[in-house]
Amino acid sequence: MADLPELLRGAAAGQRLALARLLTAIENDAPGLRELLPALFRAGRGAHLVGITGPPGSGKSTLVNALTEEWRRRGRRVGILAVDPSSPYTGGAIMGDRIRMMEHAADRDVFMRSMASRGELGGIAAATWIAAAALDAAGYDPILIETVGAGQSEVEIARLAETTVVVEVPEMGDEVQAIKAGLLEVADLLVVNKGDRPGADLAARHLRAMLSTAGGRVTRMPPPILLTTATTGDGVAALVDAIDAHQAVARSPQQLRQRASHQVQRALAEMGARRAAVHPDWEELIGAVAERRLDPISAAERLVG
Amino acid sequence: MTDLARTLPIRVLIAKPGLDGHDRGAKVLARGLRDEGFEVIYTGLRQTPEMIADAAEQEDVDVVGMSILSGAHMALLPRVVELCRGRGMDDVLIAAGGIIPDADVAKLKAVGIAEVFGPGTSIGQIAGYFREHARRRG
Repeated sequence: MADLPELLRGAAAGQRLALARLLTAIENDAPGLRELLPALFRAGRGAHLVGITGPPGSGKSTLVNALTEEWRRRGRRVGILAVDPSSPYTGGAIMGDRIRMMEHAADRDVFMRSMASRGELGGIAAATWIAAAALDAAGYDPILIETVGAGQSEVEIARLAETTVVVEVPEMGDEVQAIKAGLLEVADLLVVNKGDRPGADLAARHLRAMLSTAGGRVTRMPPPILLTTATTGDGVAALVDAIDAHQAVARSPQQLRQRASHQVQRALAEMGARRAAVHPDWEELIGAVAERRLDPISAAERLVG
Repeated sequence: MTDLARTLPIRVLIAKPGLDGHDRGAKVLARGLRDEGFEVIYTGLRQTPEMIADAAEQEDVDVVGMSILSGAHMALLPRVVELCRGRGMDDVLIAAGGIIPDADVAKLKAVGIAEVFGPGTSIGQIAGYFREHARRRG
């Protein structure tokens, strides 16, 4: 069994294999991880957590590559967690985000880790935020979290990341798409990527027009909309400026409290599920629900009670 | 260890070392291993041994599988083994597949390539081999 405190010390001292093995222990919820968590979070250096999300094929990976290049130019050490979906049938996964990251392969100041979503539906894996804490302890800043290709409602990333970048493409659809609830609502920064395609400017204008009319109970400012072409790097420096500038906003006392509250809620849900799974009455209660002798809510109540 | 630990997915890096541009086989294998329940990280084409070792290190994989059809296997594969072992990845299973003459298979095994899968090998055979020989997590 791996010595987790030793791995944390190694990771914090810049040993990449130690960091990699610590990330594995986090993903696997290895024995002893629970005891390590206070030290792990204490070891954090305050890295900027940036979520990159958007539909499949919108260019998230290519944009992450371009962003990494720009941050490296500015002397920052970049950590990347790239999440891809696990098969609901076999648990297997194919993670291909490294394909777009080749030019950083030999760069010691870039650390990229692929994570399978392992059954989570929110677009990231359950362990993602703890993995981010490990990259933080290892001195990477910013830390980019690339979600699975997201549809309209995988908004979990926005609760975890300090700055959420939603990546769309010019062909994203008409103006009604832009006013639907969900993914676009959670953007701190909205990017129209593939800006060299016809209609890109128009798409950005449509988005700007529709999102700027927010009112009612919405207190958020409409997100800045930026045009990028990740393959050429056009617009990427401006996006990095915008992400960096957003960090101060994300650290307002109110936002810090919101994220803290969400993290505790997440931990509660996981803890509840874990306790319930080893409850002596689990089998019996599940059977009762299956046979409709008991409702699922009451079963859950007895399992955590 | 609990039952849970035994069902943790095996992480496999599938890489294409060198300059050959044919990755249909690598992709079919990646897909097949996914269906066998493995977590597969695919690096894409034209990887140097350094890039492969780097990816294996950061991803902390249990298995490195390299597909090579170019004939440059004797130049590239032993170097990957050397780099991985040099960085402390002592327990990572390193295997190869593709077009590799029998005479070279023995030489590759002598330098630490665990197994060489030639044309006609089924995905089930490869998955079974990885399951049997990949390190156990604890």
